[in-house]
Amino acid sequence: MAQNADNVLDHFDLFRGPEYKEMLENKKKNFENAVPADEVERVREWTKTEEYREKNFAREALTVNPAKACQPLGAVFAAVGFESTLPFVHGSQGCVAYYRSHFSRHFKEPSSCVSSSMTEDAAVFGGLNNMIDGLANSYNMYKPKMISVSTTCMAEVIGDDLNAFIKTAKEKGSVPQEYDVPFAHTPAFVGSHITGYDNVMKGIFEHFWDGKAGTAPKLERQPNETINFIGGFDGYTVGNLREVKRIFSLMNVDYTILGDNSDVWDTPSDGEFRMYDGGTTLEEAANAVHAKATISMQEFCTEKTLPYIQGKGQEVVAFNHPIGVAATDKFLMEISRITGKPIPEELAKERGRLVDAMADSSAHIHGKKFAIYGDPDLTLGLAGFLMELGAEPVHVLSTNGGKTWEKRCNELFASSPFGANCHAYAGRDLWHMRSLLFTEPVDFLIGNTYGKYLDRDTGTPLIRIGFPIFDRHHHHRYPVWGYQGGLNVLVWILDKIFDEIDNNSNVPSKSDYSFDIIR
Amino acid sequence: MSLATAEKLEDIKARNKALISEVLEVYPEKTAKRRAKHIGTYEEGKPDCGVKSNIKSIPGVMTIRGCAYAGSKGVVWGPIKDMIHISHGPVGCGQYSWAARRNYYIGTTGIDTFVTMQFTSDFQEKDIVFGGDKKLAKIMDEIQDLFPLNKGITVQSECPIGLIGDDIEAVSKQKSKEYGGKTIVPVRCEGFRGVSQSLGHHIANDAVRDWVFDKSAGKPVPFESSPYDVAIIGDYNIGGDAWSSRILLEEMGLRVIAQWSGDGTIAELEATPKAKLNVLHCYRSMNYISRHMEEKYGIPWVEYNFFGPSKIAESLRRIASHFDDKIKEGAERVIAKYQALMAATIAKYRPRLEGKKVMLFVGGLRPRHVIGAYEDLGMEVVGTGYEFGHNDDYQRTTHYVKDGTLIYDDVTGYEFEKFVEKIQPDLVGSGIKEKYVFQKMGVPFRQMHSWDYSGPYHGYDGFAIFARDMDMAINAPVWKLAKTPWN
Repeated sequence: MAQNADNVLDHFDLFRGPEYKEMLENKKKNFENAVPADEVERVREWTKTEEYREKNFAREALTVNPAKACQPLGAVFAAVGFESTLPFVHGSQGCVAYYRSHFSRHFKEPSSCVSSSMTEDAAVFGGLNNMIDGLANSYNMYKPKMISVSTTCMAEVIGDDLNAFIKTAKEKGSVPQEYDVPFAHTPAFVGSHITGYDNVMKGIFEHFWDGKAGTAPKLERQPNETINFIGGFDGYTVGNLREVKRIFSLMNVDYTILGDNSDVWDTPSDGEFRMYDGGTTLEEAANAVHAKATISMQEFCTEKTLPYIQGKGQEVVAFNHPIGVAATDKFLMEISRITGKPIPEELAKERGRLVDAMADSSAHIHGKKFAIYGDPDLTLGLAGFLMELGAEPVHVLSTNGGKTWEKRCNELFASSPFGANCHAYAGRDLWHMRSLLFTEPVDFLIGNTYGKYLDRDTGTPLIRIGFPIFDRHHHHRYPVWGYQGGLNVLVWILDKIFDEIDNNSNVPSKSDYSFDIIR
Repeated sequence: MSLATAEKLEDIKARNKALISEVLEVYPEKTAKRRAKHIGTYEEGKPDCGVKSNIKSIPGVMTIRGCAYAGSKGVVWGPIKDMIHISHGPVGCGQYSWAARRNYYIGTTGIDTFVTMQFTSDFQEKDIVFGGDKKLAKIMDEIQDLFPLNKGITVQSECPIGLIGDDIEAVSKQKSKEYGGKTIVPVRCEGFRGVSQSLGHHIANDAVRDWVFDKSAGKPVPFESSPYDVAIIGDYNIGGDAWSSRILLEEMGLRVIAQWSGDGTIAELEATPKAKLNVLHCYRSMNYISRHMEEKYGIPWVEYNFFGPSKIAESLRRIASHFDDKIKEGAERVIAKYQALMAATIAKYRPRLEGKKVMLFVGGLRPRHVIGAYEDLGMEVVGTGYEFGHNDDYQRTTHYVKDGTLIYDDVTGYEFEKFVEKIQPDLVGSGIKEKYVFQKMGVPFRQMHSWDYSGPYHGYDGFAIFARDMDMAINAPVWKLAKTPWN
């Protein structure tokens, strides 16, 4: 017996003891009808081959280990960025349990969201009653200032009409007539979580700007000097939005962050549970129509929202999750151009510090080959930064990236000699990536937590940048935007590179001549 | 017996009553009336806990429950390691449940084992409009091609499947025939069915009956039967729970021929009708198949509880009572073997945990099963409830809870927060969605679905970890830092 009260062994060590090992071997031998070890090995080797890669890439129907989620997740992400707003997802309740768990596992924070809990009878008769009861309950229990309604695929398949349902619910007195209930249809079988983000953001602006579903006069745009800022679906929203606010303050820019979830997903432990915290106020959301321009940090998260805002007469500018020097330069210069405010010396100094750090460490990154996967904008931002560092983003994959994304990638690759051997893979999944890593190996992989399986299988060290990150803590509190953010990304990459160098040079009398104390 | 020595039972009951009326006040009248039936105080001597259960959740209240898909794919089928489980429908369901439940297994993932992978048909609009059967058939072909060592396929239906009229049964039968009789199991676990995960368990159990047992009837098993063959039913091997349970059964002389479903295989499912006794841990999720095996194959089943030394010893003896003296002696030998470890564990941790109050809200069996383990450490459970329990769970709960325990079925976010705020327990045990709410409030918390990434908690080896973890949660210095010292 290995267990000991003085030194308690949990799953890490307990099952490595001889009695458990023997037990598990016997289980396999006697009862599992297991595939013989040599056959497992043969197939394992086969999955590493070009032949397997070809078969794998010929897949037309099956998706294995995708790097994307469904629309309503993005809907919830967007909704909690508004002051005291409760996301209300119309459809089956299990979905909401999943979104809440998913966000809580990433941010290590509570994630409040309700469902209209539709079941079989609602599937037959429609979910109107669920909407009527649900809105009344949520409004009374959780006292939100706004309820943002989106849908699960169930409600979409049966064709529930949110506009009509909300209207009826108001007539039945679920919430006051003038109460804000913006809505967006967010079918899970169209697009991905970034599409849901886009739909809800647009839905909220439509609500406030276009007469609250016919219950108020449309807002007349009276242009002012403020700019709107939309971050997009972003696992680093906490750190990033705070960094953007700091930058805008340094520049004296009059700004509104639209969908500011940086506080609600970073509440203090001080004895009080804050179901709501911070967020764009409803007044700000309404007044955002008057802004001079709207900046989107993520083009592919705002494909519908930006043209809609542009239609109101604002200038709109979209970036692709800018990371690093040139991308941040471009971002700041655009802000400066639009607002007429100069970029202050302090930011120029921060820029210089990032360049300084890159120069100090460049030799360790230069020429290294990377594979990247993630949301379309993030992969573009990372690929740009890597090339700036003299690295090659050889495989860039985005399950929810499409043709436009592929085009953007190719333009980016063409802009630098370090992009010469790089390839964008739109709509592919992590099982495709597995084949890529076996057949065209790279030095490092950048992706979310699920990349650890690729790290294990292919031996490509994973640098965790993306969403979700479940198995490392608190990185979402750090920005990746701005020069400071670039520094964070640089350090995360370098830490892994140095760990790898050490891990590969630490065998006494074999390789430890390279186990240098100074690098 | 009183709940807390410092408090009078009448006071506790009065407090619960006041607390219940207080939380009900927030609801619109209709909702308050419905919720009132789900909240109560256990009265000693009553046959159940006095609450209604297994009823539809109310829209908009923030239920903690999941869906039938979660019950089938996430709980029952997902851990069967050598089969490929297709999350059939849009991408989300499979994505959010991907590897999140910590069903441990041994195997080469992606080659002969597939638990921590996400296979999805990633439905697009055209699949909704034109139906997904052709796509499903093609997916199965591609699985056969790329994952040739898989031992079977299940189709885990997401909401749209049942709404668009797809015939996944026909596709499954057709493909099974094409692949020479391969086990392919269509599961109708669309998320809108039923009121919680629970129906998903039932549907998944029935799918084993219809698509595994009936099909494999008469197929020879790869081992010689023995009089001591048992199957572990309803242990999902979370953090290795089934392993730290199996070892005890084997040490007492039994032979475990199957694990359902943690670290399980299709071969083990198929062989289970050869068991002499089914030992059932999670009654809620697998009583259906146990009853079926009793009726069809005459296999008796016995519920057991492997949390904490008191219940483990009781359970080992109960299991042994179905066998001869050799096994009965074996049970005593096992109890004796671990006695020193248990005494040392309790000696170390009980003084640090004595008298601490716990509130629980969990799934299948844990709202009652873990109470004994807390009591072994001198702690008391003052409130408990089930996410998706039925009345038979609340009946069974009466054997565990004390007079005056607050009971909340399908608790809402609002209710749970208020209950904890007023009762001020020393520890809350619930899920990831609840964890950070209570930690913000300064209340120590352990996830009691995933063991908070620790475990195992089952068996004697598991109890030592359980004790360590509860101590770690309650006595962490961080809780003293929540308040600013200058106020």
